[in-house]
Amino acid sequence: MSAAQATASRAHPAGEGAGWGPGEVRLNVEQASYAYAGEREAPLFTLEATSFQARQRELVAILGPNASGKSTLLRLISGALAPLSGRVELDGAETNRLDPRTRARRIAVVQQESSLLFPARAWEYVLQGRHPYRRALRFETAEDLAIATNALAQVGAEALQDRWMDKISGGEKQRVILARALAQQPVLLLLDEPTLHLDIGAQVELLQRLRQLAQENRYTVVVVTHELNLAAEFADQVVLLHRGRSLRVGSPAEVYRQDLLEQVFEAPLEVEIGPAGRPRVIVQGNRSEDAGG
Amino acid sequence: MRPVTLKRLAWSCGLLLAVLLAVVLVALKLGAVPLSVSDLALNLGRVAIGRSAQLPSEYRLIIFELRLPRILLGILVGAALSVAGAGFQALLRNPLADPYVLGVSSGAALGAIVSLVAAPHLTTLGPLVTPAAAFLGAALTIAAVYLLGRRGGQLDGGTLLLAGIITASFLSAVIMFLMTTLSGRDLRGMAFWLMGDLSTPPPPSTLVRSVFVGGILIAVGAIYTTAADLNLLLTGEREAMHLGVQVTRVKLVVYIAASMLTGLAVSVSGAIGYVGLLVPHAMRLLFGPDYRLLIPTSALGGAIAVVLADTLARTIAAPTELPVGAMTAMAGAPVFIYLLRRRLR
Repeated sequence: MSAAQATASRAHPAGEGAGWGPGEVRLNVEQASYAYAGEREAPLFTLEATSFQARQRELVAILGPNASGKSTLLRLISGALAPLSGRVELDGAETNRLDPRTRARRIAVVQQESSLLFPARAWEYVLQGRHPYRRALRFETAEDLAIATNALAQVGAEALQDRWMDKISGGEKQRVILARALAQQPVLLLLDEPTLHLDIGAQVELLQRLRQLAQENRYTVVVVTHELNLAAEFADQVVLLHRGRSLRVGSPAEVYRQDLLEQVFEAPLEVEIGPAGRPRVIVQGNRSEDAGG
Repeated sequence: MRPVTLKRLAWSCGLLLAVLLAVVLVALKLGAVPLSVSDLALNLGRVAIGRSAQLPSEYRLIIFELRLPRILLGILVGAALSVAGAGFQALLRNPLADPYVLGVSSGAALGAIVSLVAAPHLTTLGPLVTPAAAFLGAALTIAAVYLLGRRGGQLDGGTLLLAGIITASFLSAVIMFLMTTLSGRDLRGMAFWLMGDLSTPPPPSTLVRSVFVGGILIAVGAIYTTAADLNLLLTGEREAMHLGVQVTRVKLVVYIAASMLTGLAVSVSGAIGYVGLLVPHAMRLLFGPDYRLLIPTSALGGAIAVVLADTLARTIAAPTELPVGAMTAMAGAPVFIYLLRRRLR
């Protein structure tokens, strides 16, 4: 019907046919672990066995302090790293065994930083998302252009189309980068700290948009973030990591326990439940002094 | 949206081909023996309609045995160096990369000289040993510069350029040392060759010629097949991988092909500098940064630039000839400084 739905249906050629209905598990992270090789025998950093499952239309937030293994877990899910033990499956296929083109058609990754060596316009950037569909020595087809236009429209960035990437604001740039990911027509959308460098308005807007895209395009969205309250508001599931261990997986209400969060983030925090049943985290600036006095 | 289309590619290349043709005609006309436009047109016309037997012998010598071979050599060398430069820029993610600046040309020159010193009397295979040794020299040098240009496991733009320049200076010292052992040879000719010179007569054997031409065509073609991947490689290896690029394979293809282009070009014309830097940048300004357009336009633009520079080198101080490398360096070094300053700002 609408262009957005057209994109969504094209985005899932194998969707229902392969038997992965709406209720089925799409992403299965099963006891996946990883270790970065150190100088000697001892690994520099280890991510211990982590498990969780996500369905389509679900938004999963990976939370934890710095160096807790969030980005490593995301790279395992993306298939860029092969797990040391366990497996990461997307619709039943191990992500690290997919060939790069197939993987790029199924999984889109939005990275923390994206740098360009030579200036490019927003539309050129978005068209890069069509690369996994392009045949060698071929140019973009009319379909590629339509999909890129539609992707820009889905993130409300049509007006940015002809602007230079280095001359637009951080929030606008983030939207164009997201549009490039949509142009890949993935089933799994991964984002590594997408709210970094964004003001609070742009952060909320981005999470709302991800929520909406997960619904409309039937994506599974996994987002690494530091924003506890945004995650609590928008995530269906939360994976809490601490020093390479997955401490708890569940709904925000299940994971956001005061003692647990205080221990993980090493900060005085208070958790209260909001009107919609979603938890909220409040920073208690003076509590340690009060306790001491 | 205005993406690259086959039509745009054809138009850009057609335009550059017309310019190249004009430059070739000028290069045929100018020189120590001046030819009038009408004589040139008449004699080219005779060849075009298959009546080359009617050519006066002095024209045959000047046009077809002296000037045209040199122009064709300039076309091939210019195309090879420009495409190698564009390739290195993507491979190393450094807009200032160029075979000459990175020391790759010096490595190729050292390889060529080592082959001349070690095996000067190999008559049958000799002409093939030199380009092969130059290719090897180029490939080893770029590998060394790549390793030296890393800081903390990351490729660092400034360190890479510094590593290239220091490597070039070291290799030049070794070349000077080896040259003193080539006592019987014309040292002035050698010095010209090192500066980059197209006056060396082309190799006489058809086999060597076809290896040279074929090698350049294959290497340019190989880099062209990765053009769409190179666009993404410029945004970073990890991002390119997530967009479906087989990063290791693409890097290997460009590494081998760009080294081959440098080795082949240097083995016949010495180290003509800055072509690989100037031409791709000029083409980006004219036609945009898309590598699917940049590779073919750089090949043609490089041909134009080198034929033009060589014509200037032959005529500017006539009857004395300058090495073409001196011309390209005079134009290239200031542009390099400009690009470096702009990047540092």
